[in-house]
Amino acid sequence: MTSRTIQTLSMSETLRVPIWRIALCFNHIALASFGGGLSAWSRQMVVEQQRWMTDEEFLSAMTVCRVLPGANQVNLAVFVGARLRGVPGAIAAIAGLLAAPMLIVLSLGAFYIAHRNDASVQAVLRGMTAAAVALSLSMAYRTGRTCLRSPIAWALFVAALVATALVRLPLLLVLVVLAPPAMWWAWPRRRQAAS
Amino acid sequence: MTPATALQLCLLFGGASLMSIGGGNSVVPEIELQAVGTYHWLTRAQFADLFALAQAAPGPSILIVTLVGYSTAGVLGAVLATVAMVLPAALLVLVFARFWTRVQMSPWRSAFEHGLAPVAVGLIAASGIIVARGADHTLAQYVLTALATAVFCTTKVQPVLVVGLAGLAGWLGLV
Repeated sequence: MTSRTIQTLSMSETLRVPIWRIALCFNHIALASFGGGLSAWSRQMVVEQQRWMTDEEFLSAMTVCRVLPGANQVNLAVFVGARLRGVPGAIAAIAGLLAAPMLIVLSLGAFYIAHRNDASVQAVLRGMTAAAVALSLSMAYRTGRTCLRSPIAWALFVAALVATALVRLPLLLVLVVLAPPAMWWAWPRRRQAAS
Repeated sequence: MTPATALQLCLLFGGASLMSIGGGNSVVPEIELQAVGTYHWLTRAQFADLFALAQAAPGPSILIVTLVGYSTAGVLGAVLATVAMVLPAALLVLVFARFWTRVQMSPWRSAFEHGLAPVAVGLIAASGIIVARGADHTLAQYVLTALATAVFCTTKVQPVLVVGLAGLAGWLGLV
């Protein structure tokens, strides 16, 4: 090992991160997070263990990945993988993140398709579905608690809920109708007033 | 898998990828609408079952897509559906990561992030309602949902544990 003068990886060092290590790291994240806490594990691995990013960079990356469409964790894998090794790095990160969970979910799916008419499988799924619904509702509660703080936010929430769950409108239509007023409402005006 | 099915999988999940604001859970209502209503790949009850399996499995929130692809067109369908769901959003990340410092300052970003947040919450809540209705929830199931929601909202217990216990309750004939 050559002597290091800085703590985080410099550009020339990051170039040497092997593709397989990126895949392995994200595979580790996927398996470690069994049952939840995917973002906490990502930070632990990427920032503390591998030192591929500083805390500040990681937080900024999380923001990009939250704002852009797509599953946040997949987006983060793309971001980190691409930062380290470009497009091949991004592909390795996604493959590492998804391979094991896909195998597990496919085994579950194969078992389900073979046995979905068994009374006992139906009974287990009745319980699991009830809890899976609860997961969605609690996620809505958690994210809603921070952003539903004005009558307009509530109106947008109710409009999206009613349009998709009850009227069953296509999502594209819902977004085309709701996005312009939503963005107009959230447009940062204070900066204009201050300048 | 027929070419028509392959194309439909790509279009449905490629589109869903770009519309999944606030994470993968917000497009569940759209996937249900198309897979059950438009293409008749599954019944509402089967979709609810797959949703439960995907929630119980480890990994990111898009595994429902893998399962819908699998039940429609086997392993190849599963891979195609997953790639279609990942690729468009991943390309956006690659493009935006490059200009992020400039984008970060833009009022568009702030408006998009904060304006669409309540919409995303509505979509996530909608996915819960749609799955509950699709599974023809009984009164006992609604009670269990209420209980589990209270647990998830007030504690930090591992979700997979609660889903497993709920499955056990089902097996014992409690719901």
